[in-house]
Amino acid sequence: MKLTKLAAAAIAATIAAGPVLADLVFPSLDYRTGPYAANGIPFADGYADYFALVNARDGGIGGVAAKVVACETGYNTEKGVECYESTKGQGALVYQPLSTGITYQLIPKATADGIPVHSMGYGRTSAANGKVFRNIFNYPANYWNGASIAVNHILAEEGGDVNGKTIALVYHNSAYGKEPIRTLEELSKKHGFKLSLLAVDHPGQEQKSQWLQIRREKPDYVLMWGWGVMNQVAIQEAANIRFPMDKFIGIWWSGSENDTLPAGDGADGYKALNMHNVGSDYPLYADLKKYVYDAGNAAGAGDQSGTVLYNRGMYAAMLAVEAAKTAQEMHGTKDITPAMMRDGMENLVIDEAKMAGLGMPNFGPSFSVSCENHGGPGLGAVQQWDASAKKWALITDFGPSDMDVIGALIAEDSAAFAAENNISEGCN
Amino acid sequence: MLYREAGDFKTSYAKDQQTFPIAFDRWGYFITIAFAVLVVPFILNDYWSNAVVLPFLIYAIAAIGLNILIGYCGQVSLGSGGFMAVGAYAAYKLMTAFPELNIVFVILLSGGITALVGMLFGLPSLRIKGFYLAVATLAAQFFLVWLFNKVPWFYNYSASGQISAPERSLFGFVVTGANAHPATSYLFCLGFVFVMAWVARNMTRGANGRKWMAIRDMDIAAEIIGVDPLKAKLTAFGVSSFYIGIAGALLFAVYLGAAEVGEAFGIEKSFLILFMVIIGGLGSIFGSFAGAAFMILMPVLLKNIMVGQMGWPTDLASHFQFVIVGGLIVIFLIVEPHGLAQLWRLTKEKLRLWPFPH
Repeated sequence: MKLTKLAAAAIAATIAAGPVLADLVFPSLDYRTGPYAANGIPFADGYADYFALVNARDGGIGGVAAKVVACETGYNTEKGVECYESTKGQGALVYQPLSTGITYQLIPKATADGIPVHSMGYGRTSAANGKVFRNIFNYPANYWNGASIAVNHILAEEGGDVNGKTIALVYHNSAYGKEPIRTLEELSKKHGFKLSLLAVDHPGQEQKSQWLQIRREKPDYVLMWGWGVMNQVAIQEAANIRFPMDKFIGIWWSGSENDTLPAGDGADGYKALNMHNVGSDYPLYADLKKYVYDAGNAAGAGDQSGTVLYNRGMYAAMLAVEAAKTAQEMHGTKDITPAMMRDGMENLVIDEAKMAGLGMPNFGPSFSVSCENHGGPGLGAVQQWDASAKKWALITDFGPSDMDVIGALIAEDSAAFAAENNISEGCN
Repeated sequence: MLYREAGDFKTSYAKDQQTFPIAFDRWGYFITIAFAVLVVPFILNDYWSNAVVLPFLIYAIAAIGLNILIGYCGQVSLGSGGFMAVGAYAAYKLMTAFPELNIVFVILLSGGITALVGMLFGLPSLRIKGFYLAVATLAAQFFLVWLFNKVPWFYNYSASGQISAPERSLFGFVVTGANAHPATSYLFCLGFVFVMAWVARNMTRGANGRKWMAIRDMDIAAEIIGVDPLKAKLTAFGVSSFYIGIAGALLFAVYLGAAEVGEAFGIEKSFLILFMVIIGGLGSIFGSFAGAAFMILMPVLLKNIMVGQMGWPTDLASHFQFVIVGGLIVIFLIVEPHGLAQLWRLTKEKLRLWPFPH
């Protein structure tokens, strides 16, 4: 009768962990263990610390305390589903799973439950079409923007002509890594470069053969869609074959301190995209120190402050808080529901004055979300690693992506999804 | 005192040979089934269904399948993850190519396709044994995952390589997709588990099962007494893959809803099912259930206790979970190498004599 005993204990455990009402609940499906922890930890810390700051400094969002419910997914989709089911009953307002695979799982589930999902710069790219994906948001930029921004950067480096050049894509062999391929194929037709695809299997520890191939084929540029341990290994391997680092460009998920530090000086000059600014030179950090770090409330080990992914976690939390404020204003109530949160996200406006007021001047591009466009403006910058100073620095402004190509692809992919799932396009 | 044969008179051979010869067991079985069918659907919520019960039921089918191969026929296989992927992708292709096809037939056909693939990869078992066979099936695992990643036809040329299950219903109730009620998906899986466990139990007691066990215990002796090793081994591979394929199809269509081969059906899955079989007990249907329960429910239970009740940080809890589950596996293997099923058997022996053991 072992089973019944287990079940009884599990029931007791679940009941004891029951919901705490009257808080605004923001689940954090994070991962602090496994091969993706190096990137998962700073993001989760930034996300939690921003909410801690909002609670300590402003007394919550519009006076209602925000509660972050952490759930460890290990970047695993089955655990992600378990986390979603176990947290949604607590009144979760928005999910940010930080995993393209989990996002794909949650799109139908969250749509059926009426809870919004914000996959910031990841997830299903065509979710930018809010007329089909009403509950899914991926502002301020998505993978296809990223692919186009990287190609634009290469165009700028080459003086506007990449005809006959070869660009290799080293990608995580999963939904995440495969996302940019279609856009890159379109862009290669348009600009006349040759695209070479190199898949790296989960978790990405073993990449010798891919880099041997790069050494043999000598592509002019290498793009990377990597995450977790794969990033460190790829940068190390690139350094080992002496690939020119300034011609190696990662997506925004492949450009954090934890990725470049292990390769030491070899990583100098490595580039990556970014959708927000870097560093800790913002008035917000003084507040964080005063209200969160010095009070001993920093999440995790507290050593990730100011890193690229910590900033991104904070950025994600900031966008969620601003959307919640927008929702509170729109509906005239402090205790918002997930449906109201969705409205708040769809009417979110981020401008320079707002960011400066939050102590984050020039932190990211200004944008507004609408029903037609859940994907934001799709702006991105290029950052470069300085190994001697151990710092990332933006080397370009936030530039646009090729929306002619991307817009058509988004319309095509979202129409296919709408047809598969009998969704009629529309804003109501 | 309560648990004994005495007083339970059998008047026919059929009654003498029934699965549960002791009245107490029989009633326990009937009550469990009645509880599962009549009570559980009404108390089940989304969390219990999607996080606990569905994965338990689905992995139980997979564990029964692998147990037929390893526990009854003695052929080691590390390809279960790959065979589950065959079931999942077959279900996806059938669901999208024939939208009118009833979901029950989709699942059964996926099992059939997996059985064929399993028999194909089972052919080397006629020549090689033990560790070498394990390596050959490992090759099947890697080959199948590579294949489903490489050939876009399998995922209908979708940009991301993800497959996602369209909505299907049975008798007007939605069973797959996000709009399925937890009780319907539960009952759907329970139906499969019940029928498949019942068939497996009776198959292993019949002529086929005896042939498999003869091959397991000593293949040369089995051949001498007239067991055809080709037939016995290939039927074991076929039946086992059928079960695993159905588990894969259900995992994809009913439980996950969307899947990606490298992540959902990787080598970890093969090991997970192998651990279920070893911890549950080789050559036991009950053991397959116990093993699946141990490997699926234990981590969820530990997580709920450590994070939910004691308020530990999630990373610490997750590390401790590895330590505790790993430690329990080692303890079980030292204390009872024949698994939970043997513990259950010993408990029953003791119960039979209780309270006067001498």
